[in-house]
Amino acid sequence: MKLIGFLTLTMTLAPAVAIILVLAIRRPRPAEMINLIASVISLASISVILLTAPRSSVMFWNGYVVIDGLGVWTILCAALVYFLASIYAVGYMRLVDAPGRLHRFYALFAGFALSTLIGPMVNNAGLYWIAIEVTTLISTFLVAYEREATSVEAAWKYIIVVSAGISLALLGTILFYWSGTFVLGPTYDMTWDALRDIAPRLNPALVSLSFLLVLIGYGTKVGLAPMHTWLPDAHSEGPAPVSALLSGALLNTAMVGIVRYLAVADAAGISTLARGTLLSLGGFSLFVAALFIVRQTGVKRLMAYSSVEHMGVIAIGFGFGGSLGIAGALYHMLNHSLNKSLMFFGAGSVMRAYGAKRISKIRLVGQCFPVVGALWLAGAVAITGAPPFGLFLSELTIIRAGFAGSHWLLVAVIAILLIIIFVGFINHFRSMYFDESRGKPDKAPPISGWCVVPMALALVPLFVMGLWWPDRLWDHFLAIAASLSTTSAGSSP
Amino acid sequence: MLAAHLDPLPAAFFSLLAIGSLLLSFVMLGSRWLRHYLLAFAAQSWLIAVLSAAVGFYGGYAELYIVAALTAAFRGLLLPYLILRIIRRLKVSREIHVILQASSSLVIGALAILFALAVSYRIGAALDLDGTIVVLALTVMLSMKLIGFLMLSVRHEAISQILGLLLLENGVFLGAQILVPGMPLLIEIVILFDLLVVVACFGVLVQYLLTSAGTTSSLRLKRLVG
Repeated sequence: MKLIGFLTLTMTLAPAVAIILVLAIRRPRPAEMINLIASVISLASISVILLTAPRSSVMFWNGYVVIDGLGVWTILCAALVYFLASIYAVGYMRLVDAPGRLHRFYALFAGFALSTLIGPMVNNAGLYWIAIEVTTLISTFLVAYEREATSVEAAWKYIIVVSAGISLALLGTILFYWSGTFVLGPTYDMTWDALRDIAPRLNPALVSLSFLLVLIGYGTKVGLAPMHTWLPDAHSEGPAPVSALLSGALLNTAMVGIVRYLAVADAAGISTLARGTLLSLGGFSLFVAALFIVRQTGVKRLMAYSSVEHMGVIAIGFGFGGSLGIAGALYHMLNHSLNKSLMFFGAGSVMRAYGAKRISKIRLVGQCFPVVGALWLAGAVAITGAPPFGLFLSELTIIRAGFAGSHWLLVAVIAILLIIIFVGFINHFRSMYFDESRGKPDKAPPISGWCVVPMALALVPLFVMGLWWPDRLWDHFLAIAASLSTTSAGSSP
Repeated sequence: MLAAHLDPLPAAFFSLLAIGSLLLSFVMLGSRWLRHYLLAFAAQSWLIAVLSAAVGFYGGYAELYIVAALTAAFRGLLLPYLILRIIRRLKVSREIHVILQASSSLVIGALAILFALAVSYRIGAALDLDGTIVVLALTVMLSMKLIGFLMLSVRHEAISQILGLLLLENGVFLGAQILVPGMPLLIEIVILFDLLVVVACFGVLVQYLLTSAGTTSSLRLKRLVG
């Protein structure tokens, strides 16, 4: 209990102190190291929490902060991406021409990471909304950091679309609170547990409306189609470390809200509507992603649409529910975080080296950059869900959950879409690696070691987790699944 | 719950304020001058501030006076002043690229209210609260939301989009005062500050937009597609 409190505090204080130090020192080289050290401390603290007290659900600060299984797991994903992206940023951001502003980048970067770490542990639906809003505000400036016309355009679309979407979530949150006042009286603490306890006594019509509003609102932030329109722009125009953090940390943080509200919806007895909507949003995300991946021309946009795809898969996993579905979705979160970081790192390095954003301008990556090329290609195979990597296992588990819930049609559609995405994605990599017809490129400058190491660090666990799913993790997932389903989750939608 | 059994006088007063705010959002929808938008938004915020104070008075929620003061200060004075400064600096006074004429957007706005009314009636009936101010509050809340989205989609000046977003939140605010006056104060205050930060961000972004894209109309933002 005390240990967890201490570790939580160090985990959140490390980036916070880093922001202050970076802004005080105002020099780029120390800023890199301070940010990196902060990310190591955060990752170490959350790992210790996961190892020492995986099952407990502990509250701090009058119950405003909760450290529970789901939160810890999501924070772990975010901290991992923060750590990897901080290493990568050292090498990558030196190439970005922004004299005198680099320390500001690291301050914003640490701030953004901090906001994604805090989101999952907030134990109040209203404050969670604010936490999500804060992530948007900070990351907008990171997306616009390079100050090119395209990145400013992306940042503008990002803040407008996401703020509009998230205001729906605010409306839903307030309607949820209102529905609770009929049971608990005009003033109460809107914690996740309180909501779930009173859920059976709430008015179904009102809860349905509120849940749909919240789902659309946070779904915008998660990047579920058709609310995903900001995602490809923001992910492709920000600097590569920011893209990794957006995709690997932010999307999961927003997904936590949907999962917690889903548990409330289950308890309120509207799981048919709630799960049905979540499943259809997930399926539609896969469909949209498949269309845009096949015909994609931009390297990072390809990765961004792959994020839409994987968020769709995770949404489907939670939508299927049951221990299989939830375990698969949680495992997929971690795998996707690692793998998408790897992909964005590779894309960033390759784009810098060739000075191009378009797939057609990039060729013979494997010959020009043997190490980065090999890591990136392995990542591409992994991200499409091919064995022997982690995403294969987690997608298979989610599909098994679909069979267990007898969603035959949906599973068939998912399988077909995943195959289309596999073919489309790998085809782009074929043209970037093996298309001899376009001739040899000019000699490109070598890629810094800071940019290669995090790619390897991401690939190794992906490979290990593809072969071996640790029992402890499985137990952790089962505990989370049990805590999420007070009633019988996993019933058919 | 306060809203369910109100005396006729406060009920009429609340209704007047809510309907006044709704009308002001139509002023925003029907005008093409940015300054008019801004004035309508400021007036609407003042109405909401009065509403907070009135709910606080009739419901006995002392903390709502603080919320009223903050709303008037931030949303009624400071935000309009900041946006006015942006407008002056940008030297844009009216919406130039119109997708939808003002008259047609008014008609669509009216349809939005009809839809909001239908939804609110259903919710009101499900809660056995039909005929109370709850239905009106829900209607105004939902229709201001829809009108805000309408403004976001048919107006393309950066300033109009900021005001559209603020209108979205004004709607939620107004409804929240009537429906959940007891919602913890902390959240409301944080949301108020949050808005201030949002507008500060917008100010910076508009500046960026002007320097690097050369225009503040989102119609020109067409580089990123597919």
